Amino acid sequence: MIRKAANLGYRLIAIPIHWTLTEDKVRWLQDLCRESGIDFVSRIDLKPKTSRELITSLRKLRRRFEIIAVLCETKQVARQAAKDRRVDLLNFPSSHFRRRFFDKAEAELASDSLAAFEIDIKPLITLKGATRIRLMSNLRKEAMIAQKFHVPIIISSGVSDELLMRKPRELAALASLFDLKEELAIDSISKNPLALVKRNREKLNPRFIAPGIRVIRRGKDC
Amino acid sequence: MNALWNTLLKLYGEYGASKTGLTLIDYNVEKQFAIIRIVHTAIENIRAAIASITEIAEKRVAIHVLHVSGTIKALYKKLKQ
Repeated sequence: MIRKAANLGYRLIAIPIHWTLTEDKVRWLQDLCRESGIDFVSRIDLKPKTSRELITSLRKLRRRFEIIAVLCETKQVARQAAKDRRVDLLNFPSSHFRRRFFDKAEAELASDSLAAFEIDIKPLITLKGATRIRLMSNLRKEAMIAQKFHVPIIISSGVSDELLMRKPRELAALASLFDLKEELAIDSISKNPLALVKRNREKLNPRFIAPGIRVIRRGKDC
Repeated sequence: MNALWNTLLKLYGEYGASKTGLTLIDYNVEKQFAIIRIVHTAIENIRAAIASITEIAEKRVAIHVLHVSGTIKALYKKLKQ
């Protein structure tokens, strides 16, 4: 899949990793990506049941992963994830429409905490009939809310199968199904994820103190 | 082409599909590519329809857009490169 991603024209991919995965395996993945000419980003998908569980996981995992995505299955978790600055991506179940909690209140919280709204394209390709129609309608509403509250949208493939992988321009075209303008759709695939990775890499750097402040030199004369 | 027409109809309906001006120009079985002509304003719709195709004749497939060009001559040039 990494090689296929490189052939399709991707330069950076985020691979969800289980937190128990050893460092050797992560390094192996990194090497594999480097061989294919792709930048590797470590990502973890959290599926907490309560906001307490989310906070505990974030405390434990924030400094180990470059991107933290939260699949919000309850309103309580969705609200906590939206206001927590350690969360990068807010994701919602695609086929359980009653569990999509990305409304105005959620967007307002997310815009203050710099969290982005993640849209998986896979269900748009795999679902059929009424379910897909309903998903498109929900995504249209949610994308409009995200734009209104200046919450960055990030489009990801969400696939675990080579045959469902699509080129970046094709993902942008699929975003037109929920009325995302071409320019915005392209930003959601390139500019927004890149900005997120850049910001998090800077934060994870040991020299980082606060945004705009970093250690230049250590020693007695400083 | 049937698969593409069906997806186009599913996504945009007969009215939307009629606006695309979709025509098959060339299909190379050996090299596994096809050239289609469409109205340039419908390019995003066609891209989305092509990306939505997941199976043809009950076989799982993935179709990708290789090149887009204003003229067929330029398209063949790009394919040769």
